[in-house]
Amino acid sequence: MLHSPVADAAVRTFDLEKEGLRALNAALHALRPGTNETRWEVVNTKGSHAIAAGVDAPVTITVNGTTGYYCAGMNKQATIRVTGSAGPGVAENMMSGTVVVEGDASQYAGATGRGGLLVIKGNASSRCGISMKGISIVVHGSIGHMSAFMAQSGSLVVLGDAGEALGDSLYEARLFVRGKVKSLGADCVEKEVRPEHLELLEDLLRRGEADGKARPEEFRRYGSARKLYTFNIDNAGAY
Amino acid sequence: MTEFPRTPPRFSHTFSRDANAEIRRAAATGIYDIRGGGSKRHLPHFDDLLFLGASISRYPLEGYRERCATDVWLGTRHAKAPIHLDIPVTIAGMSFGALSGPAKEALGRGATAAGTSTTTGDGGMTEEERGHSKTLVYQYLPSRYGMNPDDLRRADAIEIVVGQGAKPGGGGMLLGQKISDRVAEMRNLPKGIDQRSACRHPDWTGPDDLEIKILELREITDWQKPIYVKVGGARPYYDTALAVKAGADVVVVDGMQGGTAATQDVFIENVGMPTLACIPQAVKALQDLGMHREVQLIVSGGIRTGADVAKALALGADAVSIGTAAMIALGDNDPKWEAEYNALGTTAGAYDDWHEGRDPAGITTQDPVLAARFDPVLGGRRLQNYLKVMTLEAQTIARACGKSHLHNLEPEDLVALTVEAAAMAGVPLAGTDWIPGRGK
Repeated sequence: MLHSPVADAAVRTFDLEKEGLRALNAALHALRPGTNETRWEVVNTKGSHAIAAGVDAPVTITVNGTTGYYCAGMNKQATIRVTGSAGPGVAENMMSGTVVVEGDASQYAGATGRGGLLVIKGNASSRCGISMKGISIVVHGSIGHMSAFMAQSGSLVVLGDAGEALGDSLYEARLFVRGKVKSLGADCVEKEVRPEHLELLEDLLRRGEADGKARPEEFRRYGSARKLYTFNIDNAGAY
Repeated sequence: MTEFPRTPPRFSHTFSRDANAEIRRAAATGIYDIRGGGSKRHLPHFDDLLFLGASISRYPLEGYRERCATDVWLGTRHAKAPIHLDIPVTIAGMSFGALSGPAKEALGRGATAAGTSTTTGDGGMTEEERGHSKTLVYQYLPSRYGMNPDDLRRADAIEIVVGQGAKPGGGGMLLGQKISDRVAEMRNLPKGIDQRSACRHPDWTGPDDLEIKILELREITDWQKPIYVKVGGARPYYDTALAVKAGADVVVVDGMQGGTAATQDVFIENVGMPTLACIPQAVKALQDLGMHREVQLIVSGGIRTGADVAKALALGADAVSIGTAAMIALGDNDPKWEAEYNALGTTAGAYDDWHEGRDPAGITTQDPVLAARFDPVLGGRRLQNYLKVMTLEAQTIARACGKSHLHNLEPEDLVALTVEAAAMAGVPLAGTDWIPGRGK
């Protein structure tokens, strides 16, 4: 379960409507290692963009409500929990830390993420995990089309179904889907689930707060066929 | 028998030697031609413009005694820390990966010594470049290779790359020969693969999204850094207007002579517009919005001399950017490597297979043996010299036109040698008061 490094620290409540986005992010960016302001709550979010973007401190931030674009963008270290749904690009380019969305996530969730864990308790829209570069993403529901497009590394775990063209032009990211996959994208193929993948799934399901919802054995694995890694005119039809 | 004169062999303009050679190459290989650089076509360009200089109605400034300033501010619209450069000639984005580490270091050294900025590229920020660049612009590209908030914060400006002149609508390309261990690690890719970057950004589409993306980048960097938006020369009026609307501090417009590390020749030669055609449209967009000089305009694509700099500025740009010319200054395509160019089936001045990583000059390569040929200290000095010469040349012209700052040059100082250049640049055909399309 998620927890604050200093469990009994006072919660600092930030009214976004009253104090404004700039003041929120400036306060979060001013946090230094060892800060005792480790628990934050943001209220009156009203779909604002770039909430808690660029945080680089081991703090816990609860975003009470629904967010616009790029909530928790480029997050480092922080644990950020959105109680509502998240707009496009939640946790885009995340480096480390954890972001949890209790509701649904719009398109490009976790785009280009380089590390950390993104958990979406509801569904994620199209292009979830696009161009991901090391992030782990766990989606309790289903994901939309073109998810994990050009995904380079990291893991995407989907308890529900996947839309069209999953993993198109995939590099070395690992994709696990429990339900149906509408179609696979260019160069994406189903692959054998080996013991190390079951271990990985068990860990991600636990950390993704989904261990009671699914078992590792229920997932299929998808990865790159690596046929498009070097250009060959005879494979041009794949594009 | 009577001997009649025979028709001499006659070659077709349509099926020229070059066109036929390309047909044969395509038939033999089954793949389009990939190369580096920009358009090699003959295009209307700055060569087709002339300055009028001084006369009875305009008096000049003394060449050696009266000041002609060259500095430029970039990012004054929103950034808390705008950039101030000594000269209006910046170094364009070129990736580590496309170029060697020492070549990136040399760009930083030369630019810094000359009082200007350099720019990262599709491979992320290297220590060679950050360490040697006083002012470094960090590109934010569709691939996002190596992108991270720490580098964003240690950059001096951020350039959101929407497109580039060599290939408006195309993504980056770095073929397997240049994906060394270090390049692969920085880009998080398997070694030796053909890397073909996305042509669109992964998490935004269109001007309304761009506005929110710019907001996010400003928030992450606490509104310190100037944010540039770079577009290829496709629809410069609308692209400039939309970049301004989205909140850009600086708009960079790159014409089709602007180079690339690698892309399809068919793309380079057939998509996009000449630099000359782009500038007046971009300037008009800024003027129509009341933002000329508020949002700065940087123009690139085929800038070679101080005369080109002066002409771009006279047409309304605030600064220019050089890529190909900077590489030539470092030593790219130098005739001293002629024997090796010949061995690669080419000749000095025409070498453009940068994607193969076999550059005899050691600049566009990741081969450690070839890269070791290049001395970054000497390369930096050569670039510094070249930038200083360009600046002196631009000042020479500006003083002749009676201007105490390069930014005081104006379209009225120019005439065109051809109808095409007159129409594109919006200046009169020399010896007339006719600007095609302006109704006179």
